[in-house]
Amino acid sequence: MKREERVLTGVHFMQGNYAAVEGAIAAGCDFFAGYPITPANEVSEGMARRLPAVGGAFLQGEDELCSIYAAAGASLAGAKAMTATASAGFDYMQEGIEYAVAVEAPMVIVDVMRCRGENFATQADIMQVRWSAAGDHEMIVLAPSTVQETFDFTVRAFNLAEEYRTPVIVISEMSLALMRERLEIPEASAIPVVNRRRTTKSPSEYLPFKADSEYGVPDFAELGTGYRVIHSINPHDERGDIEWDPKAFERLYKRITGKVRENRKKIATTQRFHLDDAEIALVGYGSEVRPALDAALSARDKGIKVGVLKIDVPWPFPEEAVAEVASGVRTMVTVEMNIGKYAGEIERVVCGRCRTARATKNLGEPHTPEEILTVIEEVRS
Amino acid sequence: MSVSTMPEKGNPLLKYMRQDKLPHFFCPGCGCGQVVSAFLRAVEALKLDLGTMVGIGGVGCTARIPVYLHMDCLHGVHGRTLAWATGIKLHKPDTKVVVFAGDGDAMSIGGNHFIHAARRNLDVTFIVVNNFNFAMTGGQVAPMTPGGAVTMTTPYGSSEPPFDLCAMAVTSGATYVARTLTSNPAQMTSYIKTALDHKGFSVVEILSQCPTHFGRYALGSGSPKNLVTWIKDHTVPLTAADKMKAEELEGKYRTGEFIKTERPVFMGSTVCSAPCAEKEGKA
Repeated sequence: MKREERVLTGVHFMQGNYAAVEGAIAAGCDFFAGYPITPANEVSEGMARRLPAVGGAFLQGEDELCSIYAAAGASLAGAKAMTATASAGFDYMQEGIEYAVAVEAPMVIVDVMRCRGENFATQADIMQVRWSAAGDHEMIVLAPSTVQETFDFTVRAFNLAEEYRTPVIVISEMSLALMRERLEIPEASAIPVVNRRRTTKSPSEYLPFKADSEYGVPDFAELGTGYRVIHSINPHDERGDIEWDPKAFERLYKRITGKVRENRKKIATTQRFHLDDAEIALVGYGSEVRPALDAALSARDKGIKVGVLKIDVPWPFPEEAVAEVASGVRTMVTVEMNIGKYAGEIERVVCGRCRTARATKNLGEPHTPEEILTVIEEVRS
Repeated sequence: MSVSTMPEKGNPLLKYMRQDKLPHFFCPGCGCGQVVSAFLRAVEALKLDLGTMVGIGGVGCTARIPVYLHMDCLHGVHGRTLAWATGIKLHKPDTKVVVFAGDGDAMSIGGNHFIHAARRNLDVTFIVVNNFNFAMTGGQVAPMTPGGAVTMTTPYGSSEPPFDLCAMAVTSGATYVARTLTSNPAQMTSYIKTALDHKGFSVVEILSQCPTHFGRYALGSGSPKNLVTWIKDHTVPLTAADKMKAEELEGKYRTGEFIKTERPVFMGSTVCSAPCAEKEGKA
């Protein structure tokens, strides 16, 4: 099927979860596996309807473990694979993520964060998406703030997964996932699509886990095409053979983590709002950017110069962007819908460049602009 | 060339193996080598090209088998073999996939995937080497350890009744199910061959000896010969079993082919017969 036929070009009033579906389809996703869980169900339901119609395969797994490993299997068979879940289901997927990291299987995982049972908003999983899979890794995690960004970031997540051959996580939030907003889907030709680089070498010359540089990404050979590769979670050498030598292990994980970390300036994008003359910078990600922007404008109405640093990609951590903003303001306030987790990372990097404060809330509800404004007034006095 | 003709350069089946990975890590007397041999004889007989196939092993002794075979391989996560296989088959239905799983991998941590793969009739061959215990981890009780058996985690004997894997496979919807034992290599090869040639979820359970753990702890003997004999003494061919009373079959393993049938194989949870974007309304 031609790409133009897959992409729902036009203006829509669409739910966040469906925007993730359309972003995936536009990016070339052709395999989805998921297990029912609120509030991520519309991703599965949308995929079940859309994917078979565009020639892809849809699986409702018997559990989250099936879903993440089916995605890994499909990815190694050449698919652009995706799964979606919500916090509790994401817990189950950790070993699968570890496997995908180790064998460098691209895939996209949507984690709709939830708390207080099922249906309340939170950003409580912000550290979990970074570290909870066992073993060493650097995760790529994108945090949309709007339905439009849910579409755009899902496309980008597939492209990053393909480029770096690694799982990429899109964190949504209950509020964002179930919200309907304006979504503009561009022409297919205006949506960039990256495909993993396939090897041009013969099976006898091909080394499946050797890249052309220390932090590079190896070329891919799909299953069943004569390359006879071992894709093991165990430490492996450049041939893919299980290798227990600590030096081989070090070389492998230095590259697997380095390919993300060393490219973080390219990957970890941020957006700046009203920061040029700001004395206070609010910094946040996901839906919390929305009340933060409102609060910044209200503060400016009161004569307080406040700006917002919007973190598009919480992980890898955008160190340089945070440090630069911190150097130009008196106070940096982390706005976050949890007990204060990302704030710790912000404060580590600010490291005395300015004062820091936190606006945190963990009640299953986003901040109101007024609540953030109160914090602004406190830190200013 | 006949398999029985041993050429000067060694076993003709070696060409199917990653020879630089040998010697293998299986204990002396382990049944896994016999399973490899039977599998490769079946591959040779069917003239299969391992280069176009995928071998899957989770974690365990049996799970190491595909690592020694010269084919694409997924390995190293306990119990998720059939989940991997499901993703591969839905994306590339023509790729032949064979899973090697121990009894723990298949029926303990992977039990849920097993019944669902059977229900869906996933077009995969599932070879379960049942050595009656968790062997790689040191001989703990497993879902197919015989009742009463002493293992490292059942020092007073196992109070758990075992699964009948084949009965469960049939009930769950597998379309080829057979049980054999390592001391019957001809039958083992024949069943694996049938399974590899079968369209649908094919299950071959192979009763196998683990002299290192099950033999020593449960039977009080580390001799492979004693264990192979014990397995033989505890098996009854289906034809004979049909004429036996339930109490005579107590503690016995029926061997033979339990089912061979056909039904549509799994292609996804919902399949659009005519992929067509126009059928889709705007969301």
